[in-house]
Amino acid sequence: MSAIGHEPPPFFNRGPAPLVRLLFFVAASIVLMVADLRFHTLEWTRLTVATLVWPIQRTAWLPIKAADNIGHYFIRQSDLQAENESLQQERMKAAKLLLRQRHLEDENQRLRVLLDMKMRQSINGQIAEIIYAARDPFSRHVIIDKGLQQGIQAGQVIVDEHGVMGQVIRSFARTAEVSLLTDKRQAIPVQVQRNGLRSVLFGAGNGRLELRFLSTDADVQVGDILVTSGLDGIYLAGLPVAKVTKIDHDNTYIFARITCDPVAGIEHHGLVLVLDSRTPLPLPPIEDLSPEKSKHGRKEKR
Amino acid sequence: MMESPHSMRRILLPAKTWFIVMTLCAALLLNMVPFGYFLGIPDWIALVLVFWCLHQPLKVGMSAGFILGLLMDVVDASVMGQHALAYVFLAYAAAALSRRVLWFPLWQQALHVLLLCLGGQLIMLFARMLSGADFPGLSWFFSSFTGALLWYPLTYLLLAPQFQPQEKDFHRPI
Repeated sequence: MSAIGHEPPPFFNRGPAPLVRLLFFVAASIVLMVADLRFHTLEWTRLTVATLVWPIQRTAWLPIKAADNIGHYFIRQSDLQAENESLQQERMKAAKLLLRQRHLEDENQRLRVLLDMKMRQSINGQIAEIIYAARDPFSRHVIIDKGLQQGIQAGQVIVDEHGVMGQVIRSFARTAEVSLLTDKRQAIPVQVQRNGLRSVLFGAGNGRLELRFLSTDADVQVGDILVTSGLDGIYLAGLPVAKVTKIDHDNTYIFARITCDPVAGIEHHGLVLVLDSRTPLPLPPIEDLSPEKSKHGRKEKR
Repeated sequence: MMESPHSMRRILLPAKTWFIVMTLCAALLLNMVPFGYFLGIPDWIALVLVFWCLHQPLKVGMSAGFILGLLMDVVDASVMGQHALAYVFLAYAAAALSRRVLWFPLWQQALHVLLLCLGGQLIMLFARMLSGADFPGLSWFFSSFTGALLWYPLTYLLLAPQFQPQEKDFHRPI
């Protein structure tokens, strides 16, 4: 305390000591990280910051776009003609299937009505372009050029012409963040196309996917195609997802290690289709899964 | 040529605040250029932040690092607070070293900067590995090395507005 009524002169006042400031900012960062990772409560902050930063971001994309345009300018005519021809051929091949698809879908609807089954939801989508891969090396995220203004919402599924690519996890004003299937925190319910064996496919992080929790004697072979099973109600049933590339039968583990490669061109950039959002099916009640626990009453709460 | 700004015995003009803000904004812009998964693109914000924290520790500090870090977290689609944490540590360490580092020749300064940048990356790595992310591979650390290599041109570029014309006046020796 200084003399009565006299503050110390503010000449050299520099605020709190550096260590105090460091501790304050570190605490703030850690609180933010926990709030984001554990409680997912910072989406509005993200949206605000992303909207503010958007003009700068647009400016930053200009050089890359310009380089891209220059590349397009110098493309050879013969290359274009060849590409055009192959596209025409592919279109004819696809037309053969498409012409019948309409008919088959109608027939399917009628049969489902006859059998009194639940109607399949019809699905539409909109085309988006992947602008860039996010720099964060710890996760596999890409940014697409459609967002809230185009009605994109978190949870929508992204596919390309070969199969499922991932899922929208955050939607900003004009962009959206897509978590690729290879991201470690991404899981997708699948079944083996050959025999209908159901499982869940997890991202392995290094451009690969992993089928977990299948016993060592499960009927999975190298080369099997995995398609979505549609059990969760988010993914349409029957979309191709991955191809089994390696199976390790290690007898010391209960489960086989099954590695898969995604069929969609996940690490390539281009046009993608954002499927309309679907409502996820409600989770089954826990009592059904563990009958012996429900007998004893619910002692453990998880 | 490889002298430190302090041993060059040139009196620098005071740094202009608008220039500092402008360079930090330019670094943010450079960080937003979508290079994808190219190796060794330096973290421009970390570099420029370290530069100003070394040269002007009273003007640029941890609060600047924190704000820039939050912006980078949103742009990079990483966890909120990850870059902020790393940049705050960078700013603190650079400000603590600022009295000493500037007396070294530039290549030795670059070594200091390399260690600082690697430290920042290690903090990010540590924070993310704790929360369950996987190791991104050693190649991720290349960006610190390219950043350190850029220290020499960066110093001259960012100090350029502070140099005054060298005219010898024998009556006033400094």
